[in-house]
Amino acid sequence: MQPVNEMKLEFLSKSSNEAFARVVAAAFVSQLDPTLEELADVKTAVSEAVTNAIIHGYENKYGIIRMTCRQFDKSVEIEISDDGRGIENIEEAMQPLFTSKPDMERSGMGFTVMESFMDNVRVTSKPGEGTTVTLSKHFGSLDGRE
Amino acid sequence: MEIKFTNRGSTLIATFSGELDHHFAEYARNKIEGELLKATTRNVVFDLSRLSFMDSSGIGVIVGRYANVRKLGGNTAIICKDQKICRILELSGILKLMPICGDLEHAMNALASA
Repeated sequence: MQPVNEMKLEFLSKSSNEAFARVVAAAFVSQLDPTLEELADVKTAVSEAVTNAIIHGYENKYGIIRMTCRQFDKSVEIEISDDGRGIENIEEAMQPLFTSKPDMERSGMGFTVMESFMDNVRVTSKPGEGTTVTLSKHFGSLDGRE
Repeated sequence: MEIKFTNRGSTLIATFSGELDHHFAEYARNKIEGELLKATTRNVVFDLSRLSFMDSSGIGVIVGRYANVRKLGGNTAIICKDQKICRILELSGILKLMPICGDLEHAMNALASA
């Protein structure tokens, strides 16, 4: 399926950019006119993915995070990728409450929250090369609208 | 993000406002820990009802403080109104550790009967 609109953003893995990234994603997606509830779902999921890239991908060193947002008729796809350390075992990383950084008070709920607020979460990763998280969501509120 | 503190007897009420994410987690942690050092505090209420955004970073902040409050024999409760924030809390299983209440009165009652 061809996207009807697309945008790309690159930013430094600074924690202050977590809010920046989720606000930009929400602003772009709001063109589709989903409900505030659906927009908030997107914001939360983007925040989780970007936070993961900062803490786990780059381990608080500075690197570039790329975010690509694609709009379809009634859905959105958001890709967040880093060139950081990558994930050895994706299945394990996605388990609720699994965290590699308990000392930093990370709850291990990031992927669970993404999965709960979006329809689909896809993760590809290569140790030493980086991680890409693809979040997609269909906006049910747009069904029936032309 | 901002945290304001008020006291009711030996209960510290930490009222969060704004957005709680990883960027503000350390700030929140340090501010609450500073208040916990005051000898009068036994219980803590985390009032999240004025937060406009929270992601899973907030869970770490609350559970970390819970552990310290419990060590000193106190209890904790959460006030949450936003459906989305409540859902994140529920997903994490935090309900096994402390109640989620709709307002301060319910939170105080829950602490009194804990």
